[in-house]
This record gives sequence, C-alpha cells and structure tokens, in this order.
Amino acid sequence: MSRTMRILNAGPMMTVQDGGRRGFLRFGVSGSGPMDRDAFEAANALVGNVPDAAGVEFALIGGRLSLADECLIAVTGGDVPVALNGKPISPWSSWRAPAGSELEIGAMRSGVWGYIAIGGGVTCPPVMGSRSTHLRSGVGGLEGRVLRTGDVLPLGSDTGAEPKKLIKPIRLRGGPISLVPGPQDDHFDEDAFSCLFGREFQVSQQRDRMAMMLDGPEIHAAGGHDIVSDGTLMGSIQVPPSGRLIVLMADRQTTGGFPKIATVASADLGRLVQTPSGKAVRFRAATVEQAEEMVREATEMRRSALENLAPNDPLTG
Amino acid sequence: MISDMLRDARFLNCGDSAICVEFSRDVDERANTVALALASALDAEPPEGMQEALPTYRSVLVAYDPLVTSAREMTAHIRTCLTRIRPSDQLGRRIEIPVYYGGDACLDLDDLVKTKGMDREELIALHMSVEYRVYMIGFAPGFAYLGGLPQQLAMPRKPVPRQLVPAGAIGIGGEQASVNSVAGPSAWHFIGQTPLRLFDPRRSDPFLLDAGDSLWFRRIDEVEFEDLSARVSRGESPDVIRETTV
Repeated sequence: MSRTMRILNAGPMMTVQDGGRRGFLRFGVSGSGPMDRDAFEAANALVGNVPDAAGVEFALIGGRLSLADECLIAVTGGDVPVALNGKPISPWSSWRAPAGSELEIGAMRSGVWGYIAIGGGVTCPPVMGSRSTHLRSGVGGLEGRVLRTGDVLPLGSDTGAEPKKLIKPIRLRGGPISLVPGPQDDHFDEDAFSCLFGREFQVSQQRDRMAMMLDGPEIHAAGGHDIVSDGTLMGSIQVPPSGRLIVLMADRQTTGGFPKIATVASADLGRLVQTPSGKAVRFRAATVEQAEEMVREATEMRRSALENLAPNDPLTG
Repeated sequence: MISDMLRDARFLNCGDSAICVEFSRDVDERANTVALALASALDAEPPEGMQEALPTYRSVLVAYDPLVTSAREMTAHIRTCLTRIRPSDQLGRRIEIPVYYGGDACLDLDDLVKTKGMDREELIALHMSVEYRVYMIGFAPGFAYLGGLPQQLAMPRKPVPRQLVPAGAIGIGGEQASVNSVAGPSAWHFIGQTPLRLFDPRRSDPFLLDAGDSLWFRRIDEVEFEDLSARVSRGESPDVIRETTV
C-alpha cells in the first residue's frame, strides 16, 4: 500500500510546495516554492529529506492531519502549538509518528508561514518539473489548488532517519531588512530614498503568496509610476501610483509595469515574509556586493545549523 | 542602430540574485529583437550559476545563484555575449490564430466601431491585416503581448478594469494587442476570442506561443468556433499552421 496523509481539517491557506519551479519565467509562470526557504529547508533536514523535497506550507493556522503509516514529521516556521496524538510536541524538532497518528497544528504565535515536513516528502506528480502549487496557473500540488478538508496526499518512503532537533539558529534575528536600490532607482529622487530608509513601514494584512503590501509613508516616483513592463523577482519592491509599497512574492506576476525602487536582499527575505501583519519594518541600504556577502554568510549559518542537529530524545525532550 | 543598442546596454541592479540588461526604455521592436537574441544565446550556453533568462519587451532579466557566481562575473559574461550575438528579425515560428469576432469575449467591438468611426467589417479587416509579433509572454501563464497593431486601432486602456475576461480573448490595450491565456480581470478592450488554449498544463508543451513567434488572425464563424472549442476541451490540438523560419 502506498503511504498517505489525510487532511482532517485544513487551515485557510495550505499548499504543497517543493524547492520551486524553474525555467518558466519566460512563459509567465513564476517559481513558487516556499515563502520562507530557511524554515522550509530546516523542516526537510529535520526529517532526513533532501532540502527541496515537497511538504505542506500553511499561513497563520495549521490544521489537523492523519498519517496512515509510521513516519517522521516536523513543523517549522515559527512558534506554533503542535500536538501528536493529543500530546504537545515542540516545533523545530522531528518526531516519530506511529501508524494512524493524528497531528494537530494550531495558530502561529510568532511568524506567518509554517511548514510541515514528512520523511519521504509529499509525492504528488510534478507538473512542469515541480510539485509546487502555483495558484494563479492552477498547476502543481494537488490539482493546482489550496488543500481542503478531506484531501489525501501521497507520501514517499520513510527515510529511516532518527528524530532530531535544531540547536543552532538558522538565521540572524532582528535589525532592519537590507534592500539593494534598483532596478528603477533612477525613477526616484533623494526624498524617496530617505523616506524608504529613514521611516518605518507596517506590514499590511493584504498579503498572500503573490505579494505583501506595506502601509506607511507614500513614496513618489519623480520619474513616473509607469514603465514598460519588465521582469520581476521575489523581493522586488514595486511603487504603484498610490505610493504604497508592494513587495512581490513567490507566486508573483512575472512582469510588471510599476517602477521597482529596490530589491530585498535574499538573506533577509525569510525575516521579512515572517513579519506579522501590523508589525513595523525598517529598511537599510545595501550594495550588490554587500547583499552577496550577506547571502553567503546566511547560507553558511543555515548550513551549519542544519548539519549540526542534535538527537531529539522523546524522554529528555 | 542595433550595434549602438548592444554597446549602450544598461545593467540594472536587481539585488543579489539577478541582473537586468536593458536595451531601451520604450516599446521598441529592435530592443525586443536584441533582448530575444541575448536570452537565446544565454539559454543555449548558460554561464555557470545562471538559472533563468526572462526576455521582455526591451530587457532581459537574468537570474543566477549568488553562491556560484556574482553580479560582476555575470555582467562580464553578458558583455562578452553581447559582442557575439547576431540579432535577427527571423526569430520564432509563424502561427495562425483562429478568431471568432463575436461571442462572449466580443465585449468592446461595438464601442470601438463607434469611437473609431469605422464600420464593423472595416475594423475587423484592419485587425486581421497585419502579422503580429509576440514581444513577450508575461502577466499570466502564456499571456502574449503582441506588437504590430495598426495605429488606427490603438485605444487607451479603460479607467476601470473588467473583473472577468474569458480565456482566449483577443484584446487591444494602448498600442499593444494581446491574446489572453487564462480568464481574469483586464482593463483592455476585447473584440473576439480564439478557441485555442494558450496555456494548458496537460499538454506536453503547455504553452502555445513563445516570445519571438509571429502570428496572424484567421476569421472563423460561430460554428467553427464551437467545433474547435469542443475539440480543444477534449484535449485535441487543432492544426495551426506553424512554420519555422530559422
């Protein structure tokens, strides 16, 4: 019999995500993949999966799942209550779930995007080279859509890995989010940049896998708010005529006609997407070279944390 | 001159994992030709660490792995590449798109006829009179932005977008034309619909069009539209004339 996981009660925004889809930007399909790659890779490492194995991403609220066979599970993303067969277990650790287990994940107490990894990964058929759900195109995951109560997901073979826990931080905490000015930095004057790097913004509730809106001071594009559409990235910061910043995310449109004042440094993307709505964010300027150095250091830090997991002994916790 | 365009290419910072090579700030057929040539050259021989090249109207966004390469190395590679490419107008395939100038997606033809002071047949004939070039695919999966719209048909976008325009709708927005791929909101003007699916993930080739292709519209009537639509929804691929010109 094939191994499966059943969704007994789906959270509002659960999707299957793997490392992402590559090669289709020129056809209008963005890469999808996890919103917080650090937390996603941590979940996979904890259950002995390869870093880009498919798992389930959720936003704010988890849900209830049942596991037909014995498997290793881990939940990451933030501080979130998790119970295995009614007994509380800690996130950021992996736990062996006996056959027929029920896993219940509550509401995130910190962070926004959570990850559920299962040893062997979710094995829905890849579409266009990836299992990631791209909601706009309706491809990947389960029928290209958000998971619903009653859905059954196929799972891969148990990796046989032992339960582990994270003992080193996977990334730096706190401090402003670094941005590299451009590509349309020449559409903005000094006032716009002193506002971007001097003032505080709040993460709006208007956010999803396509984009995050930021409340706060309005930014004016002296060079106009219209450009001939060009390519976008996860982390591109668009400035529409309203002056309200839009940070593009994993499921974004591949091209856009608003000028992009800056791009979020990759090393800080995870921290930005995990900022709860209503919370303040501050930005600081970085050069391309500084952002490149940051991503190398961040990768080294994550690697070190994921290569130095400690055994998670259920008795000593 | 194309040689000036190659020499004057601007390299725009896009954070630590991509760089944008811009050939013009405007919609420009030559800039598009150069962008497509650069993207093809990079795809044919990707430098170490390159992940993807996204050609647009007037630029190429090159995404890379910052753990393998850097903006400086990528820029140097692209500069060398620009000295070698031979941009050509003969880029992609030539594809016939059947269009029914009526039905559910013929939302704005009557208004357009009035605004332009043409008669309906004249307007349709004008729309069909030229060969269009796919400048880029963007906005939505498989959505084709077309260049080549006759100037007399240009029409500013609507101030308020329509909430739902059907897949396959044939549009006009400013000086651009489109073949829409999936249903969705739009502020463009729509004058007809093709039964073909520009995007269908069930097909081995999910995308009907690619940037650089040329296409023309063939008028079909309601009967043929219904027939082709039925065949397409059964998963058949009706014959469209495709000629490779390279």
